[in-house]
Amino acid sequence: MTDLAPPSERPRRLALPRPLILGGTILLLSIAVATFPTVFAPYEPDAFDYNALLQGPSMAHPMGTDNFGRDVLSRVIHAYTIDMQIAIFATIFPFFFGTIIGALVGYAGGIAETLFGRVVDAVITFPFLVLVIAIVSVLGPGLVNMYIAIGVVGWVFYARITAAEIKVQKRLDYADAGRAMGYTHMRIIFRHLLPNAITPAVVYWMTDMALAILLGSSLGYLGLGAQPPAAEWGVQIADGKNFMATAWWISVFPGVAIVLTGLGFSLTGDGLAELLRTKR
Amino acid sequence: MASYIARRLLQLIPTVLFILIVVFALVRLLPGDPASAILGDRAVDADVERINRELGLDRPLVVQFGVFVKSVATGDLGDSIHLKLPVTTLIADRLPVTIMLTVMAALIAVVMAVPLAFVAALRRGTAADSTVRGAFQVGLSMPVFYLGLILLTVFGAKLRWFPVGGYGEGFVDNLYHLFLPAVTLAFSLSAILMRNLRSAIIGVIDAEYVQFARSKGLAPKLVLFRHVLRNALISTVALFGLSIGTLLSGAVITETVFAIPGAGRLMVDSIYGRDYPVVQGLTIALAVLVSVTFLLTDLVQVWLDPRVSR
Amino acid sequence: MSGPKTTEPVLDVRNLTATFGDGELTAVNDVSFTVGSGEVLGLVGESGSGKSVTLRSIIRLVPASGDVSGEVRWQGQNILAMRDAELRGVRGGQISMIFQEPMSALNPVLPVFTQIEENLKAHTDLDGNGRRARARELMDMVGIPDAARRLKEFPHQFSGGMRQRVMIAIALASNPRLLLADEPTTALDVTIQDQILKLILDLRDELSMSVVLVTHDLGVVAATCDRMAVMYAGRIVETGTVSEVFAQPNHAYTRGLLGSVPHAGTERSRLLSIDGTPPPLDRIPPGCAFNPRCEFATDACRATVPPLQDLSPGRSVACFNRDSVVAAGSPV
Repeated sequence: MTDLAPPSERPRRLALPRPLILGGTILLLSIAVATFPTVFAPYEPDAFDYNALLQGPSMAHPMGTDNFGRDVLSRVIHAYTIDMQIAIFATIFPFFFGTIIGALVGYAGGIAETLFGRVVDAVITFPFLVLVIAIVSVLGPGLVNMYIAIGVVGWVFYARITAAEIKVQKRLDYADAGRAMGYTHMRIIFRHLLPNAITPAVVYWMTDMALAILLGSSLGYLGLGAQPPAAEWGVQIADGKNFMATAWWISVFPGVAIVLTGLGFSLTGDGLAELLRTKR
Repeated sequence: MASYIARRLLQLIPTVLFILIVVFALVRLLPGDPASAILGDRAVDADVERINRELGLDRPLVVQFGVFVKSVATGDLGDSIHLKLPVTTLIADRLPVTIMLTVMAALIAVVMAVPLAFVAALRRGTAADSTVRGAFQVGLSMPVFYLGLILLTVFGAKLRWFPVGGYGEGFVDNLYHLFLPAVTLAFSLSAILMRNLRSAIIGVIDAEYVQFARSKGLAPKLVLFRHVLRNALISTVALFGLSIGTLLSGAVITETVFAIPGAGRLMVDSIYGRDYPVVQGLTIALAVLVSVTFLLTDLVQVWLDPRVSR
Repeated sequence: MSGPKTTEPVLDVRNLTATFGDGELTAVNDVSFTVGSGEVLGLVGESGSGKSVTLRSIIRLVPASGDVSGEVRWQGQNILAMRDAELRGVRGGQISMIFQEPMSALNPVLPVFTQIEENLKAHTDLDGNGRRARARELMDMVGIPDAARRLKEFPHQFSGGMRQRVMIAIALASNPRLLLADEPTTALDVTIQDQILKLILDLRDELSMSVVLVTHDLGVVAATCDRMAVMYAGRIVETGTVSEVFAQPNHAYTRGLLGSVPHAGTERSRLLSIDGTPPPLDRIPPGCAFNPRCEFATDACRATVPPLQDLSPGRSVACFNRDSVVAAGSPV
């Protein structure tokens, strides 16, 4: 036969989705800046310079200076360290515990699933931020307490996503095969089902990191997250809010960093979802 | 329909009970001691004991919970430590402001999202579509407090089109004061709704029943609104309901940025002041508000989609 | 057989061509046929033969990426050249369409009455009471009992057969002259199929309309159609009255189709006896599209597309080896 191979069988160029390339680039740069802030920052983030108070953007200070003469650019750069940490630490524990609990609940079904459904219903009736600040109010402000507060609530979403996916996987043949081979439940769940069921949770994780930065900077802005004088975007925006009319650069540039990083995560999430969808 | 509403109202009871358990557990079980939280680090033992007694924290947990449920049921959420007023009075005073802000924001979000979703869906793949979707991505990454601050500076302080904060006197003045905050709050919700509605419209627009409607010679507007939009809205309404919590979270921040005397502002102030009965009361009130909104969106969904079991 | 039903055609389709994706895919290729007054024309072929797209192209019901050219003469006008407002007057008012899957073709969130009423609103001058009365009348006409109550119900509350009756009621609301039926019985149980086909035929007589029936089922064709046109890979390969074609197929493909019906006209089976499958639209072979599956194929078939040649009025075939096919006889 001299037939051309049908298009689906022709070797396709492995094209990464554009959002993934764009988002991934932003994230890699963000991680580089967060890891080596001193390499990128022209000044110390906390160095006061009383000879350069509230100066607008210039060659010496590309993003201007604040009311203590601190270089805004250097503070934005050093804030990457804290805010990227927030993105990771506020989400990694919920991701970890949420997927495990979700896998167990989805596999077990029955009463466990019903009970879990109640918990989900209850948690989603609380406005997330309200619940988190209520918890922070009990624990006291600060980053660690903020992680705890977010973690107490956040695992539910990962668990819900994973449970739903495990339920789908459980019905497929290979799960039966595992049972027929006499594997233990734990082995079937964690060696066979979870690796196939974890994708949606990973995609959600990306979105959740964007949300975590929004939440973390919001709490910083409210004075309940990172504490001044730490360089954190939300804190910086709060620091500059009384100077908005005269020295807009103090607040505006940290906000740009938030939007950009958030975009990096959500584009990566979208691109990842697209990639995995086409792969299936 | 009536029996469905009655059943859904009955379902509110366990939900509210669960909310009370969570709030109760939050305060009692988490590390940290309300008394010293209220009194600060320099608390004297005698004062701590007095506060604990006042709050009933010296009794067994089960008893405490019973007392707690009973007092909530009778409309008693305790008194504010700083404002010396019953928490219920404070909530009755402040919550309507928040509700008004949220409702305005929800309306603005819908008004922005629906036409944009149509443009993006009907001109899929064009520059208009990319622009709308790009704006959506930015909208989702934009923190509420940051957007609020910028709008406040530009349209309040610089252009003086809107007041720079506060709530005003009288309904019209209230609307005027709340407009900018409501737009701030609406932005990310409209982005979420837009994205969902766009893909829902794309999913519906080539459906057989839309083809059938077109084959009947109906006017394009009728096909679009009665056949496409109505079906596409079903999932968007569900998402809208689920977003109410996020909207109220945003309201807390928006009220802080715009100095609006609503429940959210009160919440933040109470946390600064360690006024824990107020925090607790507001948490309950906001959660109940969300449950009621869930109920309302469920009813809208049943109305939109007759296939949902009543 | 130039029967009483082959007078002046009501619908005259000439050189109809439908392409998709900037002309990359040709789903319907230079198709011409006529439908007489009161006539039932069967458009027959396997899935992917272009019969459904042909049907939809008649009233320009194609996705935005599609392009329809040629001519569709209807009451002295070319539908393909009509302005949108005129076209809307024809759609539903003069030419109606029913679909294969009533469950997905009826709007799930609207009560049946609304879906009938909007048709009446668009094409008649009836007032609210008139429309209600007409809706009840239509429900009676298609054989749905308890019309007043059932009008308030939603599509999911009807059974499959009843749903198809609902769709027919909606399509016929404004007394169309032509009904386009796209596999109207494929999704139904066999017993229900017969009822629905009988209903369509009865209504054809009662309302003196013409019908174009798209189907892959030759049993359905034998039971309901006056004339038939066989389609393959976007082209018509054979036309004629049903009795003529069944008695003596002139195209190898038609012969193969007939061979797949065990007892012609009585029992129905899927068309399975021809080896292979129809080519996808983006890889139609050169020459006669059927040649790779054809036992009569010669070099000419692989080189040139056979033209559709008239044998007698209303009887035509596009096959170079017609004589061999005829010599092989009818499999029926």
